Amino acid sequence: MTDMSHQNQIPKNEEERRAQEARLAKPWEAPPGWRYWSAVNNTEVGLWYTVGAFIFFLFAGVLALLMRTQLSVPGNDFLSAETYNQFFTLHGSIMMFLFGVPIFEAFSIMILPQILGARDLPFPRLSAYGFWCFVIGGIFVCGSVFFDAAPRGGWFMYPPLTTKYQEGIGADIWLLGLSFIEIASIAAAVELIVGVLKTRPPGMRINMIPLYAWYVLVVAGMILFAFPPLIAGDLLLEMERAFDWPFFDPDRGGDPLFWQHLFWIFGHPEVYIIFLPAIALVAMIVPTFAQRPIVGYTWVVLAAVGTGFVSFGLWVHHMYTTGLPGISLSFFSAASEAVAIPTGVQIFCFLATALAGKFVRNVAMLFVTGALAIFVIGGLTGVMVAVAPFDFQVHDTYFVVAHLHYVLIGGVLFPVSAGLYYFYPMVTGKTLSEKTGQVAFWFMFIGFNVAFMPMHLSGLLGMPRRVFTYMDAPGYDILNMTSTVGAYVLAAGFACLVYEVVRPKKNQPYAKRNPWNAGTLEWMAEMPAKPWGARTIPLVKSRYPLWDQPNFLDDVDNGRFYLPDAEEGKRETMISTSIDAVPIQCLRVPGPTFKTFWAAMFTGGFFIFATYKWYTAAMISAALALAAILYWLWTGTAKIPEKREKHVGLGMTLPLYGSGSQSVGWWAMFITMVADVTAFLGLVFGYFFYWTVNEDFPPASASGPGFGWPLLAAGILLGSWIMTVLARRWNRQARSGAFYSALVTAIVFATAGIAALAAGPWLADMDPVSHVYPATVWILVIWTALHLGLGVIMQLYCMARRFAGRMTFEYDIDIQNVTLYWHFMAITVLVTTAVIGGFPLLT
Amino acid sequence: MPAAACPIGRACLFTFGCTLLFTLTGCDGPQSTLSPAGTGAARILTLFWWMAGFAFVIWLIVFGIAVYASRPKRSSHSANASRWLIIGGGAIFPTVVLTLLLVFGFRLMADLRTTEGADLRIAVTGERWWWRVRYLGQKDQSTELANEIRLPLGKRIEFILDSPDVIHSFWIPSLGGKVDMIPGRINKLVLEPTRVGVFRGVCAEYCGTSHALMNFKVVVMQAEDFEDWLATQAEPAAAPRSALARQGKKGFFANGCSACHTIRGTSADGEIGPDLTHVGSRLSLGADILPTTPEAFRRWIAHTEEIKPGVKMPSFGMLPDEQLQAMAAYLSGLQ
Repeated sequence: MTDMSHQNQIPKNEEERRAQEARLAKPWEAPPGWRYWSAVNNTEVGLWYTVGAFIFFLFAGVLALLMRTQLSVPGNDFLSAETYNQFFTLHGSIMMFLFGVPIFEAFSIMILPQILGARDLPFPRLSAYGFWCFVIGGIFVCGSVFFDAAPRGGWFMYPPLTTKYQEGIGADIWLLGLSFIEIASIAAAVELIVGVLKTRPPGMRINMIPLYAWYVLVVAGMILFAFPPLIAGDLLLEMERAFDWPFFDPDRGGDPLFWQHLFWIFGHPEVYIIFLPAIALVAMIVPTFAQRPIVGYTWVVLAAVGTGFVSFGLWVHHMYTTGLPGISLSFFSAASEAVAIPTGVQIFCFLATALAGKFVRNVAMLFVTGALAIFVIGGLTGVMVAVAPFDFQVHDTYFVVAHLHYVLIGGVLFPVSAGLYYFYPMVTGKTLSEKTGQVAFWFMFIGFNVAFMPMHLSGLLGMPRRVFTYMDAPGYDILNMTSTVGAYVLAAGFACLVYEVVRPKKNQPYAKRNPWNAGTLEWMAEMPAKPWGARTIPLVKSRYPLWDQPNFLDDVDNGRFYLPDAEEGKRETMISTSIDAVPIQCLRVPGPTFKTFWAAMFTGGFFIFATYKWYTAAMISAALALAAILYWLWTGTAKIPEKREKHVGLGMTLPLYGSGSQSVGWWAMFITMVADVTAFLGLVFGYFFYWTVNEDFPPASASGPGFGWPLLAAGILLGSWIMTVLARRWNRQARSGAFYSALVTAIVFATAGIAALAAGPWLADMDPVSHVYPATVWILVIWTALHLGLGVIMQLYCMARRFAGRMTFEYDIDIQNVTLYWHFMAITVLVTTAVIGGFPLLT
Repeated sequence: MPAAACPIGRACLFTFGCTLLFTLTGCDGPQSTLSPAGTGAARILTLFWWMAGFAFVIWLIVFGIAVYASRPKRSSHSANASRWLIIGGGAIFPTVVLTLLLVFGFRLMADLRTTEGADLRIAVTGERWWWRVRYLGQKDQSTELANEIRLPLGKRIEFILDSPDVIHSFWIPSLGGKVDMIPGRINKLVLEPTRVGVFRGVCAEYCGTSHALMNFKVVVMQAEDFEDWLATQAEPAAAPRSALARQGKKGFFANGCSACHTIRGTSADGEIGPDLTHVGSRLSLGADILPTTPEAFRRWIAHTEEIKPGVKMPSFGMLPDEQLQAMAAYLSGLQ
C-alpha cells in the first residue's frame, strides 16, 4: 500500500476515490458520545468558542438593558448604586474580554484553516486549552454578579479606588479572572500567527494571502504586544491588593497614573484588536458580493499594518484630562488623528471594490452597509474627541459612550452579523432566511440609532458616564427615555437574529456548494462540510483560486492536489515557509484528548483559589496544572515519526519531523516569548517610571540589592544559558555524555543563580511594603526567578525526554525549543540585573 | 443627495435631524456645554460646531458613495478610476483636513491650559462624594466651605485641584473643560465666567458607589456681590436664634457631629466632613442632591445612607424625631 501511494496518490477510479476518502475521514472524525468534548479539531473548538463568546455577549447585553431600564427616568431606584456599578463594570469587561477579543479568535480558529486550505491549525490542543480556560474564567467572572460579588471598579479598574477603597473580592475576580482569560487570548494569538505563517498551501506567497488572514496576522500580533502590559499591570495591582506592595500608592512613592499608562497601552490597541477582525470579515464579504477581486489589496494590507502600529501610540488620548503636559497631549493628539487615515483607506478600498464591480443585494451586504453608516459616524466623532480641547469637555460623558458604541457596534456587531449570514452556510451547510435577516437588521439598525444618537446630546448637556442615576435637568428625561426605548428595539432585533441562527433547520435543504460564488478557499467546503476540512491541500496560483484556477474544485475533490489520503490513519496538514509558502513538512497534528481540559481546570483552579486568597490550594492547583501540561506535552508533542519522510502527492516528498526554526513549535516558542518579554518590559518600564515621578529614586535612605549579588547572578545565569546552548550542540553531535553533563551543569548554575539573584534584596532586608522602590526590585527579581524556575523544569524535561528515547540526536525539537527559551532568559537576566544592580550606580 | 435615496441613509438623516432640532431647542440647562457661560466653554463650542458640520458633510459623501455603488443601474467603473478614490478620499483628503484641525486644536489647547494671570485662587479637593472648597486669600488665610463655588464675573479663577483618596474629575460644563483630581498630584485649571447665573458642577471620573451623587452648585455673581458674599462666608457662624435651634445645637454636639464637622465660632472643628459654618446659606445639601430646607436637613441626617449609598456619615435615623427637627432647624439656620 505504501508502495502504491508512492507511485501515485491520485485515485484511478470511483472506488479508489471512495476508499481514499474513507481513510481520510477516519482520523478527522469527532469522537462520539460524551467524548465529543475531548475534540480538539478547529471546526469543533472554533464552533464552541464562537458560541461561548456569543453567550457572554448576550449576558452582557442583558446587563446593558437592565442599566438602561434604571436610567430611563431620573432618580430611579430599579437598581441600587452598588448593583449598577457592578453591572457597568461587567458589561464593559465582558464585551471587551469575553466577547470582543474571543469572538475574533474563536471565529478565526474556526475558519482560518479553511481559508488557508489547511486541515487544522498547528496546535489544536492549544486551541482547546485556550477555549476551556476561556469558559472557566468567563463563568467565574460573570457568575460573581449573582453573588453580589462582581467587580465594581469599572472595566478600567483605576487605583486607588480599586486598591484601597473597595472591599470584597470583586477587584480580585477582575484581576485574576481576566488575567487568566488574557493568557488564553495570548495562546490563541500564538496559534493564529503560526497558523498564518506556516500552514499556508503551496503557492500562497505572502502577496496572495487572503485579506482575512492578513488581518489575523496583524491583530494577533497586536494581542502579543498589547495584552502583556495589562498582565504586568494586573500583577502589580493584585500585589498591592493582596500584599500591600505600594505600586499605586502616592504616599509610598507609587503613582496611580502608572496603572493608567499600562492599562491604556493595552486598552487602546484593544479597540483596534476588536475592530480590525470585523473589517477583515468585510474584506471577505465585499469582494464576493462585488464579484470581483478587492481593489487596492496592497493598500488594505498596508493600512491594516499601519493601523496596528499607530494604535500603540495613542493611549494617552484616554488621559487628556489627567493634567499631563501639553507637549505630550499634542503628540498623542496628532497620532490619534493620524490613525483615521489608514482606517479611511480601508473603507475607501471597499467602496472602490463595490464601484468597480457589482453589488449583490442581500442581508449580509445590508449589514455591511449599515455598519458603514454607523461606523463612519463613530469614526468622525472619534476624530472630534481626539482633538484635546474638545475632549476636555466631553471626556467621561455620554458623548463618549455614544462614540464608542458607534465604533464598536458599527465596527464590530454589524460586520459580525454580516459575517454570520455569510459564513453560516460554510459551517452548517444551511443558509439563513433573508426575510428574518431583514427584519432583524431594521430593528437593530433603528433601535441602535434611537438608543445611541441621543447620547451624543446627553453628553453635550453635561451628563457624565458611569452614573447609576442622574438629577433632572432640561432634556435629560426625554433623551434618556428615548435611549432606553432604542436599546430595547435593538435587543429585539438581535433576538430575531439569534432566533434565526438557532431555529431548527432539519427540513431545510442543504445550500449548494459555494452558495455566494466566492473566490477564496474556504468555499471549497462541501455542503455539509466533511470532517477533514480540505479534501486535498491545493496548489494556489491566485488570490481567488475558485474564480481564477480552471477546474479547481474538481481537482480538489478528485485528489489531484496534496495529501489526498491518510494512509497511516493520522491527522496531517502541510507546513510551509513563511514568505513563499514552499512546503517543508507534513505535520502530524494531535487528535482528541481530555488532557487539555484538565490542564485548563487546574490552571483555572490556581487563579480562582488565589482570588479567595486560599494560597495553599492555589499552589496545589498550579502544581497539578504544571503536571497536566507536562503530561500533555510528554505524550502529545514532538513525536518521533515511524519514518523519515512521506510522499504527499504531485511527486512531492516531505519530512514528517522538523526541528529548530523548521518546526512550528519553535515559532510558537519564539512568539510566546516575545509576548513574555513585553510583559517583563512593562515591569521594567515601571522602574523607570517611578524614577521619573519620584525626585529621589532609588531613595537615598533605602538599601538596595547592591552591585555584587546581581553581577554574580548574571554571571552564573549566563553560564546556565551557555551550557544549555552547548547541550543542544552536543546532542546534535551525538555526544550523550556531554549532553547530560552540560544540562546538569546548567541546572546547577540556574539554581545557584536564582539564589544569588534573590540574595541581593534579601540580605539587604528590602521590605517591599515600605516603599515602591523595594517593591519594584522584588517584582523584577521574582518575575525573573519564576521564569528561571520554569527554565530549570524545561532542562529537566529535556534530560528525561532524552533518557526515555523520546528525543534523539536527530529528533531534537525539545532541546531546540528549550534553548530558544533560554535565549530569552539570557535577555531577561541581563536586563533585570542591569536595572536593579547597575542603574543605582548611575544616579 | 444619494444618501437620502436609500432607507438606511434616510433613517440616519432622520435621527440626525431630530437630534439637531433637539440640540437647537433644548440645549439650555445648568450643566450644558451648549449654552456656555465661560470663555473656555464658548471656544470649545465653536470648535464643536465646526467639527460637527464638517463631519456631517463627510458622512454624507462617504455614505452617498456607498448608496451610489449599491444602485442596480449604474455605469460600471474601472478598477483604476476606483483606485483614485482610495488615494484621494482615503489618503490625501483626510491628511489635509486632519492637519488643519490639529493645528487649530493645538493653539486652542495652549490657550485653555494656561494658568497665568489668575485673579483668584480656589483650592478644591475631591472627597468621597463631596467637594471641599477653600478660597485662598492673602498670606495663609483661607475660607473653607463645601459643595458650592461662587465666582466673580469676568475674572480669571485658578482652581488648585487634588484628592486625598480616589481619582475624581472637576468639571463645570458651562464654564469649560474638566481636569482630574489625582491623589499625590496637584492639577490646575483656569476658568473665566462670562455670564451671571447658577450652574452645576459634577464629578466626571468614576469614583465609587455614589459617584453619580457628587455634584456642586456654581454661582457666577457680579464682582461686588461676590466680595460681599465671600466676606460673609469668612465670618464665624451665627448663634442659633430660636429655642428649637438652640436645642438642635445641643443635639449636634451631643451626637458627636463635631468630630467630623467644623462650625467656625463653636467648638466643632472636625475635618472629615464638610464645613458647616454657613451651610444654611448654601443652595444645596449633600453635594447638590437636596435643597437646604429644614425638612431636607432632617431627611439627610436621618437617612444619609439611603440618600447617598456608601457615604461615610452614619445615618441618625435612631434619634427621636424632635431632636432631628431641632438639629435641622439649627443647621438650616446657619446662614
